[in-house]
Amino acid sequence: MNADFDVRYTAQLARLHLSAEEVARFQAQLSQVLEHVEKLKTVDVSGVEPTAHSNEVANVFRADEARPGFAAAQALANAPRQANGLFIVPKVID
Amino acid sequence: MELLALSVAELQRKLRGKEVSPVEVLDALDARIAQVDPQVHGYLSRDLAAAKEEAQRVDLSLPLGGVPIAIKDVINVEGAPCTCGSKMLENYRAPYNATVIGKLRAAGAIPFGRCNMDEFAMGSSTENSAFGPTFNPWDTTRIPGGSSGGSAAVVAAGEAFAALGSDTGGSIRQPAALCGVVGLKPTYGRVSRFGLVAFASSLDQIGPFTKTVRDSGLILNAIAGRDPHDSTSLSEPVPDYTALLGQDLKGLRLGMPREYFIEGIDPQVDAAVRAAIRQYESLGAEIVEVSLPNTEHAVGVYYIVATAECSANLARFDGVRYGHRAAGAMSLLDQYGRTREEGFGPEVKRRIVLGTFVLSSGYSEAYYGRAQKVRTLIRRDFDAAFEKVDAIICPTSPEVAFRIGDRSDDPLKMYLADIFTIAANLAGICGLSLPCGFAEMEGRQLPIGLQLLGKPFEEAKLLQIAHAYEQSTDWHKARPPL
Repeated sequence: MNADFDVRYTAQLARLHLSAEEVARFQAQLSQVLEHVEKLKTVDVSGVEPTAHSNEVANVFRADEARPGFAAAQALANAPRQANGLFIVPKVID
Repeated sequence: MELLALSVAELQRKLRGKEVSPVEVLDALDARIAQVDPQVHGYLSRDLAAAKEEAQRVDLSLPLGGVPIAIKDVINVEGAPCTCGSKMLENYRAPYNATVIGKLRAAGAIPFGRCNMDEFAMGSSTENSAFGPTFNPWDTTRIPGGSSGGSAAVVAAGEAFAALGSDTGGSIRQPAALCGVVGLKPTYGRVSRFGLVAFASSLDQIGPFTKTVRDSGLILNAIAGRDPHDSTSLSEPVPDYTALLGQDLKGLRLGMPREYFIEGIDPQVDAAVRAAIRQYESLGAEIVEVSLPNTEHAVGVYYIVATAECSANLARFDGVRYGHRAAGAMSLLDQYGRTREEGFGPEVKRRIVLGTFVLSSGYSEAYYGRAQKVRTLIRRDFDAAFEKVDAIICPTSPEVAFRIGDRSDDPLKMYLADIFTIAANLAGICGLSLPCGFAEMEGRQLPIGLQLLGKPFEEAKLLQIAHAYEQSTDWHKARPPL
């Protein structure tokens, strides 16, 4: 029914490594969940507006004024690696 | 134990009258936790010294003055851990306070203790915590419900006077039902989500676990209201949520949705809820049958919308700014993938994969787009029902607490356990669970929950309706054998 559902490929899109065992298990379990969800295709939704949020608020603005935020030390307090006020990550560009 | 059996309202009276000091209360609580929590495992951590320091300067004349409140480990309290039940945040320390924490403190409460939960609030049993499950105080071979299972269990076990949890698809109401306490999910937008680690942003809402309905109103009084830091919080006026307590129910109409009284409900749950409905009739309420025809689609819509939002929200856990980071990565991409593989547990991974799929190119209209439209139909069902009734009455969960391990490898069966709670989050309405009896299972008494659902921003009326029933029964006085 969901022949196109490919756990390995989808996990790559989510930047999530999975073991071969997890791929096989999730493929079976989530195919079941998707099968259950198929029922939604029988509902007549013609002319129905989508709901993104249950209360319809839009364009909530505040005054465009500077306000205090995190100091660098606070922002870095939980960093796995840091130096010189920066987050350290593996090299991105050679 | 005498002291620990008190409600928030009773405790605050004693604190205000100087019959007991907030430090003495904290010491008693700490001793009780040390005594029973090894059996319950409702707490992940607590900082007695910090709470006592706070207790020194608390204003006892405030509505919650001196009352300790346990916090689900998904709500940030500056300086405290906030693991979200995940290895990903095992060593994280919150760098700021959630708005609800500031509001609780402004009302005099003292945050004390971090409650166990399903990882990132994903689950219905608290078995998905990276730090081990919480056990139901009524039968420690059974689950407490989830995802706020720790918050529910510690209140039930007398290891907390009250606790905060979060409810995305039933995560306050279902564990409240299974542990025999009162759990309130406010209207979406009633309570600020700032500082609540996001799971599904259009569904999440913070609410209280308490021993009594009055306590629930007292805590909502403190935490409700618009917050400039959460643009989805609404500026609706905040009434006194205890103001209607004690008013009778004459002239109120309660709706029994026929789709919620179906085959497959545990017969003891069905009997208890029907008895509660008869009790409401004797209290003067009129019972009306209503229909919520799209109920059968709620679980499907939820597991598309919630997983889609979770896949986006959890993208932030990449091992760069905070949280776990995999060692020895060869590239940034490798670091992302392995950090997330190591940091997340199986249920979180499953939901990220499902949510990514339903949003992916070529499928998003068929799945996510369609689910959002069916969500509109579910909202309309409630709008139509609330034209006829003041509140809806039904079971919170189709069953009582199940055994630990029974469902852990059957996600679909686990998801279907949320069938009666999910629609309220999709519609954004308020809902509450309160004790309505016990089922006898293998010689043990297991609590049953009655669910009341109300119109947006009508929490005061919902609490009035709950209070009238509570005061006409003794269910809320029962304590687990611990």
